[in-house]
Amino acid sequence: MALSNIFDIAGSGMSAESVRLNTVASNLANADSVSSSPATAYKARYPVFQAVQDSLAAAAGTGSTGAADASVMVRGIVQSTNPGTASYDPGNPLADANGYVYSSNVNVVEQMADMISASRSYQNDADVLNTSKQLMLDTLKLGQS
Amino acid sequence: MLSLDNYLGIQPDALEVYSQRSEVLAANLANADTPGYQARDIDFRAALAAAGQGQDQEQGQEQGQVSSQSSAASGGALQPETTSPDDVTASPAQGGVSTEQYLKYRVPLAPSLDGNTVDSQMEESAFAQNNVRYEASLTFLESKFADLSTAISD
Repeated sequence: MALSNIFDIAGSGMSAESVRLNTVASNLANADSVSSSPATAYKARYPVFQAVQDSLAAAAGTGSTGAADASVMVRGIVQSTNPGTASYDPGNPLADANGYVYSSNVNVVEQMADMISASRSYQNDADVLNTSKQLMLDTLKLGQS
Repeated sequence: MLSLDNYLGIQPDALEVYSQRSEVLAANLANADTPGYQARDIDFRAALAAAGQGQDQEQGQEQGQVSSQSSAASGGALQPETTSPDDVTASPAQGGVSTEQYLKYRVPLAPSLDGNTVDSQMEESAFAQNNVRYEASLTFLESKFADLSTAISD
């Protein structure tokens, strides 16, 4: 039944968006982290989303293509390769021999925009879930009144 | 004899197509941030027309069933064995409307750099519209069942 598939689809969307929110939280928390070398400095993390299509059809062996169910999965987490900034702070216990510390490459403004985008998508998925649940309940009550 | 399928008309098929369309729209919304995902939608008119025809074919099959009993068994699809013309047979197309061939890709209004063609606002409004129509079909069915129970009890 199509309506019950929506629970899986919207659920996968909510789970993916919450992974995205998680990475945003981690990036924002480490925005001011410093390190003693560029290699060990915190790098911004981003989830990579991928659509999962025909998973059910392939598993059932029906061989149908272009099935409607396209849930979303997090393929992996990638780290940003942007260079971080080095700042001169000889008083910092993490400073290297030249007195420099290396901060993370997190762009706070970008992370905030990402957070709003993720939470809006999450809300959309939650709305879809709620509406579908209501429709299913209404369908269950068909003919009972 | 009154056939319940004929009595309910197109509403059960419409309900099925609506629910499949809302699945497609939910998939679009879930993939609103997936790079390269292309939004899809169901060609509702064509899907519903085909659903209505499927129903007619099913009825035609049932009428011509007694004579074609042996040919149906050799038709490739697994068929339950019938020992009497009164047995209920399951035709392959029964119990569902297939809308897969009516899935179309949306033409994006504003293509994005990552290849994603989902417009969340459009999908939201289409989803809301689809659900209202689903509710409408449900209300029609509700009143049909109410009519039936009036006819039975009075």
